[in-house]
Amino acid sequence: MEENDLKKHCKVLLIGGSAGSLEVLMAILPNLKPIINFAIVVILHRKSAEDSTLENLIAMKSTIPVAQVEDKEVLKSGFIYVAPSDYHLLFEKNKQLSLDVSEKVNYSRPSIDVSFESGAIAFGKKCTAILLSGANADGTEGLKAIQKAGGIVIVQNPENAAMPFMIQSVLSTMTPNHIMEVDELLDYINKIQ
Amino acid sequence: MLEDREIAILIEELYKYHGYDFSGYSAASFRRRVDRLYQMDGFENFTELLSKARSDEEYFKHMIEEITVNVTEMFRDPTFYKTLRTEILPTLATKPFIRIWHAGCSTGEEVFSMAILLKELNLLHKSLLYATDLNPAVLDVAKKGLFPLRTIQQYAENYRIASGKNDFSDYYTANYGYAKFSDELISRMVYSQHNLITDGSFNEFDLILCRNVLIYFDNDFQRVALELFDESLSKLGYLALGTKETIKFSSIQHRFKQLDKEKIWKKMI
Repeated sequence: MEENDLKKHCKVLLIGGSAGSLEVLMAILPNLKPIINFAIVVILHRKSAEDSTLENLIAMKSTIPVAQVEDKEVLKSGFIYVAPSDYHLLFEKNKQLSLDVSEKVNYSRPSIDVSFESGAIAFGKKCTAILLSGANADGTEGLKAIQKAGGIVIVQNPENAAMPFMIQSVLSTMTPNHIMEVDELLDYINKIQ
Repeated sequence: MLEDREIAILIEELYKYHGYDFSGYSAASFRRRVDRLYQMDGFENFTELLSKARSDEEYFKHMIEEITVNVTEMFRDPTFYKTLRTEILPTLATKPFIRIWHAGCSTGEEVFSMAILLKELNLLHKSLLYATDLNPAVLDVAKKGLFPLRTIQQYAENYRIASGKNDFSDYYTANYGYAKFSDELISRMVYSQHNLITDGSFNEFDLILCRNVLIYFDNDFQRVALELFDESLSKLGYLALGTKETIKFSSIQHRFKQLDKEKIWKKMI
């Protein structure tokens, strides 16, 4: 597969992570060039009570504007979205965001699998997903769905992840398109157009 | 995973056979619930699911319970309840009678939370809490005022953050793994089945709460429900939605004014 051809089609970049992923995110997001043709959606496991601290932290550090996630808002290119605590984040085919307070999946709400699987259905091959450090198996099913739908799937190199379990869970059942170090991830995202 | 075409057929048949209209549900959410059901119940193919959904009355009930989301808790979003306690309910206190509607009440946790607030503000005796849901099975649970003890610790913590005045255990007696909430609270509640899309307005209210229900609707269904709430609210009445819900995509928005914090709107005209 020709990497550059696929990059052209990216409409949404989903980034999932759990324990140990915030540091990686903070090494990437503040150093990104403006994104023009796609949106970034971050799905991180977090305590249900912490409210909007994560959004505020990302907004403070990143030059790319953070858009508010509210039910049925339309996903706009050029913005970062953060899945709110205690909701699953889903995507409609008309690019609206939908929220859902149903059961936790993989002990998590937001669940990475839920957003990734929904992204695969809504955006198909125009969906790219990155999975970072974490200590549970959330994300594996979602990455499979995205790859099956023709999207690009990338994981952080588990050898250098603070918590490799989540990535190892992926590697034990599928072959991602890329395995990357943090600086390579940054470089990759900056090249998506 | 089912195909889009199959989902569309299912929606059509559920309406034709049972009168339940899911056409304005969030497509992403509806698909996820149906895919989950399909997997959970081990169906081999779509036809099998469809024929059970059509003609097996028991299975249809089960299906409605699983498709509609009934996850709820007492004092969910404690700061919301704090605002009710300190700002909203005191303005309603001057009324001779207070009518509250919990639309989409599920198993009743939020109704009991409200009753506790009213009790502590000495308003319960002159309040009536109407609680409705599409799904009759959850109403049967709600009416009993029985909640699993394992959930109570979290609720007690929410209650405390929401500036609860008492020991939370004052409100229930623990028995066989359940917390049984007091009959005094239950005596001010009226439960009934109601469909926000197909059923009309049935009373005038001072406060309507519909939290994390509209997120399962598309813009059209949201509009229908919000117009129903507008029609059912008295002037200067309040509408409370979930923390990520909004009225800004609807025609009623210009008649309402949002409070500084929390998803609470006051009807101005």
